[in-house]
Amino acid sequence: MLKIKNLHAQVEDKDILKGIDLEIKAGEIHAIMGPNGSGKSTLASVITGKEEYEMTEGKILFDDEDLDEVSPEERAHKGIFMSFQYPIEIPGITTTNFIKTAINETRKARGENDMPAKDMLKMLREKCDLLDIDQKFLSRSINDGFSGGEKKRNEIFQMAMLEPKLAILDETDSGLDIDALKIVANGVNKLKSEDNAVLVITHYQRLLDHIVPDYVHVLFDGKIVKSGGKELAFELEKKGYDWIKEEIK
Amino acid sequence: MFQLKEKLLSSFIAFENQKDIDSYVHGIRTKAIKNFEKEGFPTKKLENWKYTSLKKTLNHDYKLFPTTTEALEFKDIKDFLIDDIESYKIIFVDGKYCSHLSETTHDGMDICILSSALSQSKYDLVIENYFDKISKKDGITCLNTAFSSEGSYIHIPKNVQVDKPIQVIYFSTGKNESVLHQPRNLIVVDENSQVEIIERHQSLSNNRILVNSVSEIYCNQRSIVQHYKIQDDNRNASLIDNTFVSQQGNSDYTLHTFSFGGELTRNNLSIFQNGERIESTIKGITIIGENQHVDHNTLIHHKKPNCNSYQDYKGIFGENSVGVFNGQVLVEKEAQKTNAFQANNNVLISDKATINTKPQLEIFADDVKCSHGCTVGQLDKNALFYLRSRGIPEKEATALLMYGFANKVLSSVNIPEVKTRVNNIIAKKLGVKIGFDI
Repeated sequence: MLKIKNLHAQVEDKDILKGIDLEIKAGEIHAIMGPNGSGKSTLASVITGKEEYEMTEGKILFDDEDLDEVSPEERAHKGIFMSFQYPIEIPGITTTNFIKTAINETRKARGENDMPAKDMLKMLREKCDLLDIDQKFLSRSINDGFSGGEKKRNEIFQMAMLEPKLAILDETDSGLDIDALKIVANGVNKLKSEDNAVLVITHYQRLLDHIVPDYVHVLFDGKIVKSGGKELAFELEKKGYDWIKEEIK
Repeated sequence: MFQLKEKLLSSFIAFENQKDIDSYVHGIRTKAIKNFEKEGFPTKKLENWKYTSLKKTLNHDYKLFPTTTEALEFKDIKDFLIDDIESYKIIFVDGKYCSHLSETTHDGMDICILSSALSQSKYDLVIENYFDKISKKDGITCLNTAFSSEGSYIHIPKNVQVDKPIQVIYFSTGKNESVLHQPRNLIVVDENSQVEIIERHQSLSNNRILVNSVSEIYCNQRSIVQHYKIQDDNRNASLIDNTFVSQQGNSDYTLHTFSFGGELTRNNLSIFQNGERIESTIKGITIIGENQHVDHNTLIHHKKPNCNSYQDYKGIFGENSVGVFNGQVLVEKEAQKTNAFQANNNVLISDKATINTKPQLEIFADDVKCSHGCTVGQLDKNALFYLRSRGIPEKEATALLMYGFANKVLSSVNIPEVKTRVNNIIAKKLGVKIGFDI
């Protein structure tokens, strides 16, 4: 589904990603771990097409299609979704209006008609239940005055509504207490199928107790320096990142 | 430069001779034309007109009394009415009252036209008590007063809740001629009464139109007045709107001004608080582009204690457009416990657009709460990326953000159909087909 080949990327002329290779197939869950400043969030932003991030080398293929020059909205239409590390507050636009517009613009781009209002309402209700969200929150402005946990839950709610092929969870666990973490993880697991994939970006092992990865990659200084199974996450949790730094020296 | 002032002065005698020169207003008009002769049109030399020049707008040979007029039918004006609600309608076409498109009443209240109020003796008392009592004596207002003969006349006696909104709409048609229109509205709402008014000036041709409108609104004790101005005129039409509001104790006046169209729009708005426990709320959304110019010049005059005023103007400026906000809040020494809030927030979406914003607080009382804030910014790039990453294309995402920015102003609109109409105008203005409603 996603193939990243020798990816180099810059922000404001500073090299952040220095040659990343990664392949994610349908049905898989991958986790990327790494210390602060290793380039984890940059990788997520480059995949979703944020314009300040410039690809200087390499390729990102999604369903064998080169994503170079593809706009963020078109990437979304193809099925790429990112749960933001810091979801944006947008006063004046209700969550319902936002999600309705997002779904119908995506359908339009795929040559489909608007989702009938009845189906939309039903889906909104189901996904609210799935994530234990009070429906009243739908008529509030996007993330406006939400707590950290509410914002993260709203991200997963949007993911549930948009049903992406590839969901990138950028530090979704930060700011969540243990109950909210379980609800969010449970939501992600229920949405998981053989046809979609998840890329979890995190500092800590704890989210991976709930969303169990098939592969764990360690990102350090813009490169993937180690890959392994879920047991690698335990090892990192126990030993920290220093032993990896030692190992690559 | 064409001498519009001379033309106006020389036309006055002929105009006035057609009217009843023994009437009460004759004296007022005569005084007003003298004032206009002395003051003339405002220029950029005046502090209040520093950022708005009328020079280009005035440099046309406007007809003062339109010579051509087209008969209009309902289908011609439907788009400019809020047509999906029951309402009273006072419709003017080329300065003349159009009875077959209107719906007026004299049943327990007067919702009718100024020309008949000025000519019938039963209205004398109201005219003598209210006509030209609060309008400013500057050149532009005096010009209107001198030629004032037609407009809406609304008198709601005490303890009446008007059953449906009143729409006052001035259309201009005409063929190949520039016209200066000077409508005059007199609105008197007596004690404990309530009314909603929707006002609009609309050109139906591409002729050059200049409207110099004056409205006097009297909110007597405990009255509630909700007023909406929808300004979405053709690109060849300009508007100088002079609105004066006098409020008595416990009254509540709310105005929403939606400015999207026209070439030059200047809103002169003065609110005088003459009693205690008065609420005055004025809000605006301005969204313009091309070479459009919208200027909001507001005054809230707090004269008595324990009153509130709330101002919230939002503007979005594209291309070469120019916005002006000059908000004066005057709190007299007697007006203790005043609570005055003012906000003016602007987004520039083009490098060539300009906004001049100037809050002006003059406070002579020592126990008051007055706050103001002006901001000028661009749309938040991170918010734009957030929306796009969910599949909303750049144009629609930009429109949504602009709508969200302005939306707070719409939350206090009490007539849902007005809100829907304004939403539609905004969507059209921003060139998107998405719905903004929930």
